[in-house]
Amino acid sequence: MAREVLDARNLLCPLPVIRTQDRVARLAPGDVLEVHATDPGALNDIPAWCRVSGHRVLEACERPDGLVVVVIEVGDGAGG
Amino acid sequence: MAKTQRKAVALISGGLDSMLAARVVMDQGVHVEGINFFTGFCVEGHTHAIRRRDRARPKRNNALWVAEQLGIRLHIIDIVEEYKAVLLEPRHGYGQNLNPCLDCKTFMVRKAHEWMREHGFDFIITGEVIGQRPMSQRRDTFPVVARESGVGDLLLRPLSARLLPPTRPEREGWVDRERLYGFHGRSRKPQMALAARYGFRDYAQPAGGCCFLTDEQYAAKLADLWAARGRRDYDLDDILLLKVGRHLRPRPHFKLIVGREEGENRFLEGYRKRFLSLRPVSHAGPLVLVDGELDEADLELAARITARFSKGRGAGRVRVAATTPEGGTRELEVAPLAAHEIRPEWYVERRGAQALRAAGAARA
Ligand code: SF4
Repeated sequence: MAREVLDARNLLCPLPVIRTQDRVARLAPGDVLEVHATDPGALNDIPAWCRVSGHRVLEACERPDGLVVVVIEVGDGAGG
Repeated sequence: MAKTQRKAVALISGGLDSMLAARVVMDQGVHVEGINFFTGFCVEGHTHAIRRRDRARPKRNNALWVAEQLGIRLHIIDIVEEYKAVLLEPRHGYGQNLNPCLDCKTFMVRKAHEWMREHGFDFIITGEVIGQRPMSQRRDTFPVVARESGVGDLLLRPLSARLLPPTRPEREGWVDRERLYGFHGRSRKPQMALAARYGFRDYAQPAGGCCFLTDEQYAAKLADLWAARGRRDYDLDDILLLKVGRHLRPRPHFKLIVGREEGENRFLEGYRKRFLSLRPVSHAGPLVLVDGELDEADLELAARITARFSKGRGAGRVRVAATTPEGGTRELEVAPLAAHEIRPEWYVERRGAQALRAAGAARA
């Protein structure tokens, strides 16, 4: 099981979602991806994308310094 | 024997029509997934992230929201680079402002077609309605999109299908034509009735179109950018900066981007390594980016404008720091411009059609 970090800081939505989607497409079910973003919209958009794509959100929060962290476990329908 | 389940890819803009079109086809047992294209000009998102007063309101990505309501997967595709060719050289020209809708639709359908073939899907759905929009959604332009995109009769428009020649999905019985619709014209009533039938609420209803290029003020700023640079080009940062702040061009060779509130100032901060920036130091005030080369007199004028938008506008003198992209700073002490000295024509976004013509970008 791989664990990777995706730096999507300083990107505005929907780019953090697009980068997340493209990275997840290269991971295997069960792998974990930790996404860092600064656009507060990512806190809603990335989990919403995970819900429609069948991935599990293990954690989603905005840290006091404004960093949005979303931790995803890749689901079975990965790819594409 | 159960018939094979057909698969369709639906163009999802985030608006009601594409949502309904996808749903109508899902209702017929077809497996539907959504595709959404990011051109950089999409209406939602950015200004929300930037402007503090917008932050209080919950924001959402409408395309994702639609996918969630429908219970379908959504694939968001970044087409910022490829889209330049569409916007800069549209075969069919522009609509009301700088929106190349017909070329844009064709391009998106072509990309969806590529995706469809790569993923083994059978046909494409759009939410287009005959007569809905003056440029891209007319009876005579519908065949143009199908033909020039190369998708041919694998393009189904469920909301207007009954008024159009049968497509392959209809002829082969993948969908039942009788259960599609014959909507046409500008009225939104049939769509709203159908939405009510499906129990859709809170859907987005963009007024002009799906992107900023239909917005007159935005188009004027883009045309001004091209005119000032002497060439029609842009990158993603240009697109974003045109959404932020007041844009004033006091002289043909330079433009000021003036932050309107704290969130915008913070966003503009991120560009201080790319532009000369001005900020009042004796009083609270905006961050101002300068696009263009300034001589001493220009710098003084820029500083006086900056002072005008600061809390020191009523003061005799305001000290303004000017910082180069390399980080060198010097301070100027200036008298703020008086209100009447800020010429209305300096406001780029108010130039409208005039700027569009100047850029040679008037509609074809
Ligand atoms: S409004 Fe913008 S995104 Fe929509 S079809 Fe026209 S150019 Fe394309």
